[in-house]
Amino acid sequence: MNRLSRDGLTKSLDSIGAIVLAIIWISPLVFAFWAAFHSTSDAVNFNLFSAWTLDNFRTAWAGAPWLKYFLNTFLLVTIVLIGQFFFTTLAGFAFAKLSFPGKDLIFILVLMQLFILPEVLIVENYAMVSRLGLFDTLFGVGMPYMASAFGIFLMRQSFKSVPIELHEAARIEGCSLFGILWRVYVPLAKPTYLAYALVSVSTHWNNFLWPLIVTNSPDTRPLTVGLSIFGAPENGVDISIISAATLMSVAPLLIAFLVFQRQFVQAFLRTGIK
Amino acid sequence: MKSASNLEQRRQSIYGWLMFAPAAVMLSVFAFYPTIATFWSSLFSRGTRRRPSEFIGLENYTDLFADPTFWLVAKNNLLYAGVTIPASIAIALAMALWANSKISARSFVRTAYFTPTVLPMIAAANLWLFFYTPGLGVLDKIGSLFGFESVNWLGQPETALWAIVIVTIWKEAGFFMIFYLAALQTIPEDLKEAADIEGTSRFTYTRRIVLPLLMPTTIFIMVNALINSVKLIDHLFILTKGGPSDASKLLLYYIWEMAFAFFDAPHAAALTILVLAVLCVVAAVQFLYLDRRTHYQ
Repeated sequence: MNRLSRDGLTKSLDSIGAIVLAIIWISPLVFAFWAAFHSTSDAVNFNLFSAWTLDNFRTAWAGAPWLKYFLNTFLLVTIVLIGQFFFTTLAGFAFAKLSFPGKDLIFILVLMQLFILPEVLIVENYAMVSRLGLFDTLFGVGMPYMASAFGIFLMRQSFKSVPIELHEAARIEGCSLFGILWRVYVPLAKPTYLAYALVSVSTHWNNFLWPLIVTNSPDTRPLTVGLSIFGAPENGVDISIISAATLMSVAPLLIAFLVFQRQFVQAFLRTGIK
Repeated sequence: MKSASNLEQRRQSIYGWLMFAPAAVMLSVFAFYPTIATFWSSLFSRGTRRRPSEFIGLENYTDLFADPTFWLVAKNNLLYAGVTIPASIAIALAMALWANSKISARSFVRTAYFTPTVLPMIAAANLWLFFYTPGLGVLDKIGSLFGFESVNWLGQPETALWAIVIVTIWKEAGFFMIFYLAALQTIPEDLKEAADIEGTSRFTYTRRIVLPLLMPTTIFIMVNALINSVKLIDHLFILTKGGPSDASKLLLYYIWEMAFAFFDAPHAAALTILVLAVLCVVAAVQFLYLDRRTHYQ
């Protein structure tokens, strides 16, 4: 009996601790939400009963070409994702199922790219992108991420788990190697593609430093760069309007996350653990 | 028969290279060549209109080592890594233990912990700006309730880096929690039951059974956190721009600043090489560790 009540006590202490931490963790978002829907003076003085307003959103929306930014980000993540699927599927298959001279050594070289971060190579990648005439284009922003070592590794793991019998059966049916890849391996790797897509989209939706360097005009700028310019202190925008702009730009991803929470978490796990 | 298998081998070689070729081209153009080019250009002086760039050996490196800002930035980054890594791992572990136990409001708790992960660092910085702004910010409002003076968290050298550190921990912990959560779910229930029968306290159970079983996950997270301590610098652009007087400047930000604000590519290249060298050490440790893990399986 004593033990039971002690368990009950630790359990409620656990609950309180967990919830307090959760509230702390969510509070920056909650405050931004509060500020975005109130006038600046109401927001910073925490007038709990002050009127709600959409003015901040109107002002923020009028202050920058957000629609263009949204479109750019959308196009960017699409380009990156298509490129990644193409390059990592082919390379992942080669490393998983084919034997070719130098394979092991090359695979280690590929894995090195996990640590040679594209973020760190900004100086030379900028020179390269300019040389290729891709400066200030969405392709220039997306290209360095397309042949991702991480993706190659992920697809290799996924293709490795496909039973060789299926491969043999398709071959006896007269399927070419590319046919087998397309008809047998790709459909079986669907969960991995989905997971990879979620991780890739959220990574590139949020990416900042490289797009900042490579883009130079509102026509190519993604949301993150647009948001940073919009909210720059030297522009003197006040906190309510920054909050409104911030919420606006994270809304699509945040809503998608809240709706597909389980899949998101699974995706991060699937791509991280292996 | 022999020639048939030979033929198959040749076919595989050709297809293997054919399929790897597109990725090989991309990796060469955007990873391998830039690495070598970075090293090469770190050996040359900055070309001006009067004096074209010339080979100067390791002078860019010795310049860096003689530059007090470099040492300050390196020290900042070391502190940044040294605080954010253990803190976010410890918080992530607590989050996972809580989110995995049978508490009330569990799904709210999980969502709250994980949400910062899906936000861009830039957006996170904007959210925290509202906390840190002197006079108007949330922290100062709370402080004034208790009679504290207004603090310019981002504007003074003693606190700027810590303000940055807190945003990073906030952003990372929920992400790392997911990995712990997954690992916790693979620990068999009987271990807990056995511990209960033995009358083991929860603290002992966690310390002696759960933590050792989570060790591989911890190392995986640690490698990720190490990489992130180089990579996560976006919030500097919003919150401090590395200031005041470089007090919150981190290595990657310094590389960016040298190359794109001061147009000093050779020194930026030398600094890039130093950062890559550190990352290579991390990589080596990771590979050694991975090797050991495959022995267990």
